[in-house]
Amino acid sequence: MANFEIYERSQSEQELMKLRAKRGMRSQVIMFSLMIFLTLLSFSIVLASNAEIIGFSKFFVIPVILLFAAVQVGLQLYYFMHMNEEGHGFAEMFIFTGALLAFLIILTWVTIVWWNPVYV
Amino acid sequence: MSSVAQKKGFGAWLWEWLTTVDHKKLGILYFLGGGFFFVLGGIEAMLIRIQLLQPESDLISAGLFNQLITMHGTTMIFLAAMPILFGFMNVIMPLQIGARDLAFPFLNSLGFWMFMFGGLFLNISWFTGQVPDAGWTSYTSLAITSPGHGMDYYAIGLQIAGAGSLMTGINFLVTIINMRAPGMTYMRMPLFTWTTFIASAMILFAFPPLTVGLFFLTFDRLFGGNFFDHTMGGNTIIWEHIFWIFGHPEVYILILPAFGIFSEVFPTFARKRLFGYTSMVFATVLIGFLGFMVWAHHMFTVGLGSTANAIFAVATMAIAVPTGVKIFNWLLTMWGGSIKVTTPMLYAIGFIPSFVMGGVTGVMQGAAPLDYQLHDSYFIVAHFHYVIVGGVVLGILAATHYWWPKMFGTMLNEALGKITFWLFFIGFHLTFLIQHWLGFWGMPRRVFTYMDGQGWNLANYISTVGAFFMAAGVIVLVINAIMTTVKNERVGNDPWEDGRTLEWATQSPPLFYNFPQTPLVRGLDTVWLEKQEGNKSGITPAVPIQDIHMPNGSIIPFLMSFGLFIAGFGAMFRLETAWGLPLLIFGLLWTFVTMSLRSVKDDLGYYVSKEEILQDIKHEGGQK
Repeated sequence: MANFEIYERSQSEQELMKLRAKRGMRSQVIMFSLMIFLTLLSFSIVLASNAEIIGFSKFFVIPVILLFAAVQVGLQLYYFMHMNEEGHGFAEMFIFTGALLAFLIILTWVTIVWWNPVYV
Repeated sequence: MSSVAQKKGFGAWLWEWLTTVDHKKLGILYFLGGGFFFVLGGIEAMLIRIQLLQPESDLISAGLFNQLITMHGTTMIFLAAMPILFGFMNVIMPLQIGARDLAFPFLNSLGFWMFMFGGLFLNISWFTGQVPDAGWTSYTSLAITSPGHGMDYYAIGLQIAGAGSLMTGINFLVTIINMRAPGMTYMRMPLFTWTTFIASAMILFAFPPLTVGLFFLTFDRLFGGNFFDHTMGGNTIIWEHIFWIFGHPEVYILILPAFGIFSEVFPTFARKRLFGYTSMVFATVLIGFLGFMVWAHHMFTVGLGSTANAIFAVATMAIAVPTGVKIFNWLLTMWGGSIKVTTPMLYAIGFIPSFVMGGVTGVMQGAAPLDYQLHDSYFIVAHFHYVIVGGVVLGILAATHYWWPKMFGTMLNEALGKITFWLFFIGFHLTFLIQHWLGFWGMPRRVFTYMDGQGWNLANYISTVGAFFMAAGVIVLVINAIMTTVKNERVGNDPWEDGRTLEWATQSPPLFYNFPQTPLVRGLDTVWLEKQEGNKSGITPAVPIQDIHMPNGSIIPFLMSFGLFIAGFGAMFRLETAWGLPLLIFGLLWTFVTMSLRSVKDDLGYYVSKEEILQDIKHEGGQK
């Protein structure tokens, strides 16, 4: 069997880790409340639209809730799945490459399969 | 676990291979499995060519011919070329980066067995008489109406094999990102490792569309779905898009590792470092990226509209640029080198003109207006055989000769190797060069026979003669393999004497833990560097000799894949037999139970003690 050594942190290391944990917690709480706020906002504009309040047409509501959704995905990835920390460059690169490819594919389908000037 | 040979019974030997998680053994399994399907696909090809030998031949019926071309394409791409390349990646890539195994050895085993069971599932169709017959692209109006269970074998078989490929691709990615030896920076990675990396990234993005497409097809055929049925509001063109969004990257997944193989062979036998290493890496990445932007060039004649055709035509032609960079780099690697013409080098030299010809005809088809003329003719057949046989298969054959001593510990015979090359190379050009003209003369592809008096007779005759040359070449290779294995002359670490990368600093075949000490990498071509500085072992260790943590073997991957295999039969016979649905449920349950077994049972692996390693070193007299 391999030998396991117990590694003891020094005083300053311990304090640094505490400080980092504290900051991490703070940003997570802020981001969590922001996400709840965005969710509430999305629901309320949909409710407003359903109540047929002037200014809340579907051309306003749909892009806005999609935008909020995108922001929430970003927050989720960066703050709760730790992509803002070091050593996540590859995950970031692969996620964005995948997103880009998916976007291009859907764009192509929208333009040349489902909406094709040749057939219109 | 000592490496001293012990006499074992057949059962123990079989159990060891069924449960192995060692990347070298799985590599050999991939290689042998792929080789088996290569021979199978080759026999199908020979039957096709024999049928086309003479006009109005009635040796093979039209229906059987459709089955043969479908199974030839599917087998060669999914079950031969890819697994054989996976085999080389499995054996060589961890050695090249100084790793002990892949990042997930269990997953590696699971990937192999899923490929194997998927391949067997597909080929069992031959015994039932209901064989896939809608072409390897399986365009859906045809694939949905194809009678019998043929296309179900295609959809489910490829689904199982494809899932295996996806997980192995992810495994390679994680390994290359996380398990490089100290000093092995990205820009010091050998080109074969780089191309494995990019090909795996392409697998990661290209296989999910295939998975989705095959699920749609399965649901349309077996579970009453209507994804591709236009009479029910589906869209048949979507299948073509999904298939080629996968299919075009797939051909680059095949060719990039072949490029990597040649990028190892050229510097080794020109005894000169690879010319333009950085541009080679950049070209590989660029080809990988552009490979996803060009799929619709397979669909120019579908009627996408001229704007779409123009965009995809330009994107297609752009790929010729990084590929051209590679060709010139290989030529300039040879330039001024002290060239040894060994069998792998012969393949590499033969590859350049062959692949350039395939590339040029590719650009011709990339021009959309010309493609309207060439579409669905033998010109297309000639083109893709020039890139896949002239590129991928020559690469596979080069790697077989080049890495054989590393995989099996004995050299292939050089004289027989050169005979194989000349037979195969001459046969290849004889078969496919004339097919360009057959296309110009109007012969459509995928026809089971043709009328006399159209001027196609001689060309088809020549083509079939060429196919026999290729078959003879492969037979000589098999004889060569058997002969040298029986003779079994063991070789040292670096049998080619000019090895440049880390695999040549390990024993042939390597110890099961690869390196007694993890190597320190001090530059590109690290073994060459060490040898130049007088270090005969080719390695500077990065760590002292210490205990090595190794994974335990497991039968669970085999059982898991077997569950999916029987679930496939259940899904297929669900409606027409009483046992179909229970079998489907049983198979899936079986897989889930084996999965949970794996989760519940902790398997922490074992340690190879320092004493054993010291003993191995003393016994083998290997590395210092």
